[in-house]
Amino acid sequence: MQFMLLFSRQGKLRLQKWYVPLSDKEKKKITRELVQTVLARKPKMCSFLEWRDLKIVYKRYASLYFCCAIEDQDNELITLEIIHRYVELLDKYFGSVCELDIIFNFEKAYFILDEFLLGGEAQETSKKNVLKAIEQADLLQESEDEYLSVKIFK
Amino acid sequence: MPAPIRLRELIRTIRTARTQAEEREMIQKECAAIRSSFREEDNTYRCRNVAKLLYMHMLGYPAHFGQLECLKLIASQKFTDKRIGYLGAMLLLDERQDVHLLMTNCIKNDLNHSTQYVQGLALCTLGCMGSSEMCRDLAGEVEKLLKTSNSYLRKKAALCAVHVIRKVPELMEMFLPATKNLLSEKNHGVLHTSVVLLTEMCERSPDMLSHFRKLVPQLVRILKNLIMSGYSPEHDVSGISDPFLQVRILRLLRILGRSDDDSSEAMNDILAQVATNTETSKNVGNAILYETVLTIMDIKSESGLRVLAINILGRFLLNNDKNIRYVALTSLLKTVQTDHNAVQRHRSTIVDCLKDLDVSIKRRAMELSFALVNGNNIRGMMKELLYFLDSCDPEFKADCASGVFLAAEKYAPSKRWHIDTIMRVLTTAGSYVRDDSVPNLIQLITNSVEMHAYTVQRLYKALLDDISQQPLVQVSSWCIGEYGDLLVSGQCEEEEPIQVTEDEVLDVLEGLLVSNLSTPVTRGYALTAIMKLSTRFSSVNRIKKVVSIYGSSIDVELQQRAVEYNALFKKYDHMRPALLERMPIMEKTATNGPTEIVQTNGETEPSVLDTKHPPPVTQPANQVRAGVIISKYAGLHLCNLYIGIPPMTAYNKNGLKIEFTFERANPNPNIAVITIHASNSTEADMTDFVFQAAVPKVSRHSLELILKCLIMKHSRFVQSKLCHSILKTLNLVESWVNMSECESRLT
Repeated sequence: MQFMLLFSRQGKLRLQKWYVPLSDKEKKKITRELVQTVLARKPKMCSFLEWRDLKIVYKRYASLYFCCAIEDQDNELITLEIIHRYVELLDKYFGSVCELDIIFNFEKAYFILDEFLLGGEAQETSKKNVLKAIEQADLLQESEDEYLSVKIFK
Repeated sequence: MPAPIRLRELIRTIRTARTQAEEREMIQKECAAIRSSFREEDNTYRCRNVAKLLYMHMLGYPAHFGQLECLKLIASQKFTDKRIGYLGAMLLLDERQDVHLLMTNCIKNDLNHSTQYVQGLALCTLGCMGSSEMCRDLAGEVEKLLKTSNSYLRKKAALCAVHVIRKVPELMEMFLPATKNLLSEKNHGVLHTSVVLLTEMCERSPDMLSHFRKLVPQLVRILKNLIMSGYSPEHDVSGISDPFLQVRILRLLRILGRSDDDSSEAMNDILAQVATNTETSKNVGNAILYETVLTIMDIKSESGLRVLAINILGRFLLNNDKNIRYVALTSLLKTVQTDHNAVQRHRSTIVDCLKDLDVSIKRRAMELSFALVNGNNIRGMMKELLYFLDSCDPEFKADCASGVFLAAEKYAPSKRWHIDTIMRVLTTAGSYVRDDSVPNLIQLITNSVEMHAYTVQRLYKALLDDISQQPLVQVSSWCIGEYGDLLVSGQCEEEEPIQVTEDEVLDVLEGLLVSNLSTPVTRGYALTAIMKLSTRFSSVNRIKKVVSIYGSSIDVELQQRAVEYNALFKKYDHMRPALLERMPIMEKTATNGPTEIVQTNGETEPSVLDTKHPPPVTQPANQVRAGVIISKYAGLHLCNLYIGIPPMTAYNKNGLKIEFTFERANPNPNIAVITIHASNSTEADMTDFVFQAAVPKVSRHSLELILKCLIMKHSRFVQSKLCHSILKTLNLVESWVNMSECESRLT
């Protein structure tokens, strides 16, 4: 996978994960064009489109579009499953996830993504394991904060 | 100083902004606060500030002043800081900024951290955006972690290694030892990432590929276990066990079996098993089937398996899910060359997809349909394709039209059918037809001698209906100019001949000249057509009048033509019939292909004279191909010290005459000058005159050849160029040859 974008129906970016090195300007340009292209698609159209020299796989969940750019040799259908798995992870973590969750907790959305994918490939195929890792990391963070705040106020 | 506002608070505030300006103001205010906070080197709230900065960055605002702060966070001991710091690094930094290298040391330390989640952060960041320098520095650490027994870290290290290899391919070797027992892992995460790593290595190095071929049995076993084992809640997706791993294994098998009979044989059974046992009701099963089909088609599988694969694709085509249909069409397109007959069986389904609503599916179906056209199904397929051409979106029309022309040319069952098909395309998609189709069609029509009357009649009728589609108009006017006499004499055999007078024909052509719809090119065609009719019609006076009017046209091209035609009437009337007589049959040549070396007279070192004419502006000229041997003469005569070699006519055909004259150069008598005189005696332009010469090895001491070329043309502007490259490619000339660009002249 080269990159993944999450954006709303109004074209507002909610998450961007780039696995290829590009300048900020290029990223903005790609994002703008791709968002425009995907939003112009009608509901009955298929989830795949060719864009530049990439294959784009996108799926809409409620008010958010999940959009991945994959390479020629990648399997489009399994990419749909990857997107679905990520949505399931978000759902489990936030409890019935909605766009607002991702807006207000974007850093958590990133953390979850980074436990699921690394360098554009899936690193863990078990839902349970990904969630467990996030949980542990969160706990580590909390206990550390607690410990430190106790220290500060002592 | 009050604590900086919390992240969620900021987000809430910014979302209340009603206008872009309001939002910008809030952002600027907050950025200023963050900046001063950074300046104060506040450790406690750095994390919060950077998080806010990342939010604002996502909205599109600049955040580069936070880059160094991310590094400070990464270097911090707090896990919270590191988490945000690494996230910031991945979002704000990339290998283009020098600043990113400062991360290297931190990452190195964190790779050896006592907490696996910190190690995980470091691996993730390195594997996501590590530059080649960083990868070089840290590859050793990654390799170490690849051998750890901690599966949480091992799986991340594997993907990190993939990234390192992509950035610095030379480092691939160092990961080889660590791959030894990767596949014996039980943990699916490690298995999955290991397969990705192995795939990357095999794709990049043929040595690695042969080395890892021995893993095929193991991979087959793992895949078998996945399919045969019962329900595994941890990895289950809609009843299928770990589809992600299955797909990756299938892909690795594809690479390993690609050009190897033994490996292909070893995976035959499992592929058949997956192909037949996988549940197809959900996308997940179809994803696996899709990958299986790709693998079967790519390795050296036996024919039964291939047929199975194509049938799976055929079933995909009937699936309700358009994604599946799309994927099927894409795959069929890839296999249509190699398994043509098998794909033919699904032709009707493919043709049905032409009517699909989805643009991508339609395009694929169109491409595939053209690939499936052959002599047996041409009539039926063409009917469908023409119907498609009628109703499809404009973006398809050009490609479809070209495809129809190509298919018709290859498989036309009869000349009449061919002409009818062309007519249909011109009338329904005439404005989308490619420019180079016009000369091709004209050549086709010229060569279908017995159809001339029918063709011109049909084209004339089409013109009466519609003069807006330029390619149609151009072809029609050319035809009327050539065969107008057949039109008025009502000689058509194929259909009911129409009654039309000379004046009516001239009305139509003159109408083209004045119409706003006609492009300058079209007007040129029309004027020349009118001129040609002066030898075919009796109303010469009318034609003379038209021609003289356009002698003062603003359009230079039109004016020049008119002036010359006028001259033809006035001064050269005796030449007019010969000049304007019917075009002879044009030889078929490759229109866009590279020049072919033609061997004539059994000479072994041929050279080629080739004139190619894609006319943008002028009438289509003859396409001529001729083999001219200069080597024999050049070598022989020049070796004889080239005194008094008489001029020779090297080529004289179809109005193109090439003469060679030989003389000694002045002042250097050791230089032979071969002057090539080319003249065009037809009334049409010859454009893009390309002269290519192959010369035999000649003794360096005896000669240098200077080839000079003068083009004298009948009356029109000609552009030509001499081709130096052929000399280099043929590598025949040892001595230095200088070829000058020839001049183009306007008379």
